[in-house]
Amino acid sequence: MNLNAVRAIYIFEMTRTFRTLLQSVVSPVLSTSLYFVVFGAAIGSRIDTVEGISYGAFIVPGLIMLSVLVQSVSNASFGIYMPKFIGTIYELLSAPASFIEITAGYVLAAATKSLIIGVIILFTSFLFVDISVQHPFWMLAFLVMTCLSFSLFGFIIGIWAKNFEQLQLVPLLIVTPLVFLGGSFYSISMLPAGWQTVAMFNPVVYLVSGFRWSFFGSAEVALGWSLLAIAAFTLACVAVIGWIFHTGYRLRK
Amino acid sequence: MNDIVIVDGVRKSYDNGFEALKAVSLNIREGEILALLGPNGAGKTTLISIICGIANASAGKISVGGHDTLRDYRAARRLIGLVPQEISLEPFEKVINTVRFSRGLFGFPKDEAHIEKVLRQLSLWDKKDSRINELSGGMKRRVLIAKALSHEPRVLFLDEPSAGVDVELRKDMWRVVDGLKRDGVTIILTTHYIEEAEAIADRVAIIAHGEILLVEEKAALMQRMGQKQMVIELQVPVTEVPEALHRHSLEMGPEGTLIFSYDTRGERTGITKLLSDLSAAGMVLRDVQTRQSSLEDIFVDLVRKDA
Repeated sequence: MNLNAVRAIYIFEMTRTFRTLLQSVVSPVLSTSLYFVVFGAAIGSRIDTVEGISYGAFIVPGLIMLSVLVQSVSNASFGIYMPKFIGTIYELLSAPASFIEITAGYVLAAATKSLIIGVIILFTSFLFVDISVQHPFWMLAFLVMTCLSFSLFGFIIGIWAKNFEQLQLVPLLIVTPLVFLGGSFYSISMLPAGWQTVAMFNPVVYLVSGFRWSFFGSAEVALGWSLLAIAAFTLACVAVIGWIFHTGYRLRK
Repeated sequence: MNDIVIVDGVRKSYDNGFEALKAVSLNIREGEILALLGPNGAGKTTLISIICGIANASAGKISVGGHDTLRDYRAARRLIGLVPQEISLEPFEKVINTVRFSRGLFGFPKDEAHIEKVLRQLSLWDKKDSRINELSGGMKRRVLIAKALSHEPRVLFLDEPSAGVDVELRKDMWRVVDGLKRDGVTIILTTHYIEEAEAIADRVAIIAHGEILLVEEKAALMQRMGQKQMVIELQVPVTEVPEALHRHSLEMGPEGTLIFSYDTRGERTGITKLLSDLSAAGMVLRDVQTRQSSLEDIFVDLVRKDA
């Protein structure tokens, strides 16, 4: 195991993150604050409660998930797309490092950045709504697992993307709709029966549900299913990345 | 001398049927400087990319330091340093950080003393905290070399090191190459400048159209280049070398001419003796031409024959 390679990539990527930390953090924090003002205060004041929780508080886990998912995908995809774009990928491909080490370096760095942003948003939400976390350990665990699995997904997107447009496409056309339709701002039980069935095919539903459970102690799907969904998604991503490095898909000529 | 890099029947063909490499075999000796000389598009970079693991070969085997580059890629690649042709660097990163990154990536533990040594060697120490995008093109190329040297390679590939490089940097680079050679590092450089191959290589491999046409000691090549030929055209063409001139190294040339080969570096070329023998035999000269084969001639000749 070439741990030095993992460390080198991680440090290099984190240096890049800290170089641009302000701009990386300001925008998600600002947009989340706007959500709190609009949905939490303005619209939320007209909504009673959802499953016994004030609407402002109800949307906190969903909002954090929204930022964390989008950030994970874009951080990780950008992280591996850049070397491809500027040509420094030659060094990664010629290094005595396996795909596991290269992926670990990039994905851990992307996940760390998303985690930092997620935690900052969590603390920001404390300023707007009165909220307490019932299962802090599980809350953190869900956050970490989500950051990791969606950074893996982003890593695949970064390798797949041939240009900057494609790099933007997946977060825009797939991730954002999945999050919005995944019960970030409402309870799945509020949907008509048919749509509830459809929603069950959305992996984000399981993430948001599990994450929301860690805050309020109530979940739409059983906790076990949420964990299983994350595990399955993570394994699928790892398998795809393994295949990519094995065949050299869009990496090796 | 041991062979440190063994390339055995390596082919590379693309989906469109283009064959970039046609069963290339090449043994590179430990500690030598080998120049891979060839025109643009000959397959030089493709060959290097395959050895280094950037491209996949369609067939064939490669070992570096006795390690198969596919089966035992970690051990093989740890020995290799690559300076690519294109300047590819993270523009906003500091010089020293990119060099540290390379060392770590190749699995070596942190060693600030070594990083400093490499940066000083390449006159980059003053620039260590500069961002890459603040550097000139020549400086960026030095950074690429520093990255490759940061992980103490035993085999160093320099892909077109002189492309777009000023005289000063070229001299610096040759000095560095010289120092590495003294440390026992094997160096493979690709170039399409014959002078570069002449100046620093121990052996020269000529590659064109995806084939190695010739691998020879540079000294032997120079020897060939030292050979000069004199074409003697006579008033009355002959059909065979005349009896009276048998003691000279003469051959029959086209259209009844005689060709005399001699070594320009010899103390006596034998020209005077030959000419006096010619007149003694009653032969009248019509024209005399001399020609010398340069590395360039040999090169052009080989490449043309292959086309």
